[in-house]
Formats: sequence, C-alpha cells, structure tokens
Amino acid sequence: MSQAHQALQELGEYLRAALPQDILSVEVAKGELALVAQRSAIVKVLTFLRDDANCQFKQLMDVCGVDFPSREQRFEVVYNLLSLKQNQRIRVKVCTDESTPVPSVCGVFSSANWFERETWDMFGIPFADHPDLRRILTDYGFEGHPLRKDFPLSGYVELRYDDEQKRVVYEPVKLTQEFRGFDFLSPWEGYAGPLPGDEKAEGKK
Amino acid sequence: MGVIKGVALGPDHALPPGADQDALLAAVGDEIQDKGFVLANVDKLVNWARTGSMWPMTFGLACCAIEMIHSYCSRYDLDRFGVVPRASPRQSDLIIVSGTLTNKMAPALRKVYDQMSEPRWVISMGSCANGGGYYHYGYSVVRGVDRIIPVDVYVPGCPPSAEALVYGVMQLQKKIKRTGTLFR
Repeated sequence: MSQAHQALQELGEYLRAALPQDILSVEVAKGELALVAQRSAIVKVLTFLRDDANCQFKQLMDVCGVDFPSREQRFEVVYNLLSLKQNQRIRVKVCTDESTPVPSVCGVFSSANWFERETWDMFGIPFADHPDLRRILTDYGFEGHPLRKDFPLSGYVELRYDDEQKRVVYEPVKLTQEFRGFDFLSPWEGYAGPLPGDEKAEGKK
Repeated sequence: MGVIKGVALGPDHALPPGADQDALLAAVGDEIQDKGFVLANVDKLVNWARTGSMWPMTFGLACCAIEMIHSYCSRYDLDRFGVVPRASPRQSDLIIVSGTLTNKMAPALRKVYDQMSEPRWVISMGSCANGGGYYHYGYSVVRGVDRIIPVDVYVPGCPPSAEALVYGVMQLQKKIKRTGTLFR
C-alpha cells in the first residue's frame, strides 16, 4: 500500500471520528477518497473540511450532479475539494431528488455560486438559500434540464430564420434522419459473435 | 477609338508582358493624351475593386476560429488578398462564420448579418457551421448556419486547414467576378 493511499485512509478515519453523525460512509477507491454526507449537514461538513488544521481543503474545484433514474433519490451532488497544504483531494457526495433542496454552500466557498447554478441548469437540482439561482448555460427561455437521463438527445425545439416575420423563430424538432449508432463492433451494441482479437484470449490449449 | 479591352478585366484577362502588352499600354497612353479619359467596363471595374478588398466581419465561435486566425497571420496572410478583419459589421463585406452556432447565439448572428451593408457575402467554415457536424443531433446547436443566414461558400473540414479557408476566400472572389453585378 503506497504512502499516499495510507494518508487518504488515515484522513478518512479521522473524518469519520470527527463527524460521526454527518458522514454516512467513507471509501478509498482507485487512490481517491470519497465520502457520502448527510444532505442536511453538507454546510457543516464542508466548513469542517475547509477550516480543520488536518484538512485545509481551501479550494472547491467543482460541483456537479449525477442522475441515477433507478434510485429512489435519483440525484447525487458531488463536491470536489483540493487542499494545497496537504496535497490531497477529496470528493463529498450527497443524495437528493427533484423536489428536495440541497443547502447551498455559497457561504463556505464563494466559487460554489456558479457551480450550483450550472447544476441547477443541467439537472434541475434545487439549492436552498442560493443568492441567485438562475440558469447559466442554456438558451433564454429554455425548458427542461438537458443532462437528465430522461431528456431527449435532440431536445424539443430548433431554430430557423423566418423571412416573413424577419426574425429567428423556434419550431418543434424535425429531423430528416433519426440518430443512428454505427459502432457495430462494440460489445455493448448487440453484436454477440466473436470480436476481432478474441481468438488470442482463447489461446492454443 | 472605342473601349480598350484588357485594362480593367482583372488579372485573369491581363496580357502577359511582351510586345502585345507594350502596344496596349502605348494605345492607352495615346488615348489619355488625346482625349483625357479612358473607357472600360464599369461592372468589371467594380468587381475588381470588390474582390480586391473584401473585409470580413470576424465571427469566430469555436475551434475553427483558431484556423481562421492562422489564415490571417503571417504564414498564409489573407492581407495579401486585401482581406482585413473588421470588428464592426457596418464596415464589412463578408462574414466568416467559423465554429458551432448554438441556439443562444443564433439571434445575435442574424442581428450582425442584418447590420452589414450591401453587398454582403457569407462563408460558412467547418462542419458545425455547414450542417451541425458533430453536434448535429444535439439539443442546443443550429443544424447549419444556412438555417439563419444565406451562405455563399461552404468550407468543409473539422476544422478546415488555414489553406482551405484561403481557398474558400479565393472561390468567393471567383464567384463575385463571375456573377457579380452592380446591384446584388
């Protein structure tokens, strides 16, 4: 076990001991430390990670969402933190659904403002007490949340310049050809036969 | 003496250096001496002037813009053709749409195009501008800028090389010379 791995393991144990009620699970996988926190305690957990002398995670690198439609609480919000002092990274996750807001961490990391707006825009995850929760990337008047698994690939509207109205108009999407996948060799696309190179694995016995 | 051919017809019709050219130049000189003016085809003259100074509106949208910048820079140097990028649509004759046109940007592109003064031309550069390209099935991308503005020359590639864009500009010059009239 490498030294970095050992350090992450120790940090995980330390956090579990320091915040026993607020951290649901701690895991070191593929050389990265990930912990799942209580949704209601996310502000407390991130404040601890920022201010504690053994952590010093002063930088919030990213906030993003993940959609798992099969789960009861379908969304995960992921916070990636960096500590330059300790030369370590940590990932904090909380679970939520469409209607349950996650407490905003803008008060802890000011960079969370736009990250949370992006997460709201792409997944429709609401954040409680956010100072300015608007869309940030998609078109003005856009409807839906495009990174949700149930959002159609080509969306709902497309644009065209109308010569009579003298302006750009929105219309329902009309594709001349449906989207097709051409990766016939991929084992995930339904080809069941032997793939090129498989014979090497069989070998001569 | 009537109209002197071969003066303002552009480089394609110019006489090569030699006895013929000397005779022509001497004839032009004599005519100016004699009458004080020369006659030429006005539309050809206008086309020559237009093709010699096409000022494009810069409309770099994505990675294709990098290749467009390369063709402006010293290695390919579009300035040799009198192609000088302008930052104002009022001063430009040409708009080079280079990159992915998103739904959010489309009304802005149309507005810029409407602000350009006539005559105006459009070059669509790269797969995304030509027909959506990689993002053809995306929810936020216009499937070709010709849905928004009329296009004269399509430059294919992802991204097209700087040479390809220079070739596209030359094709547009050819098109203007062939079809261009006083009023477009």
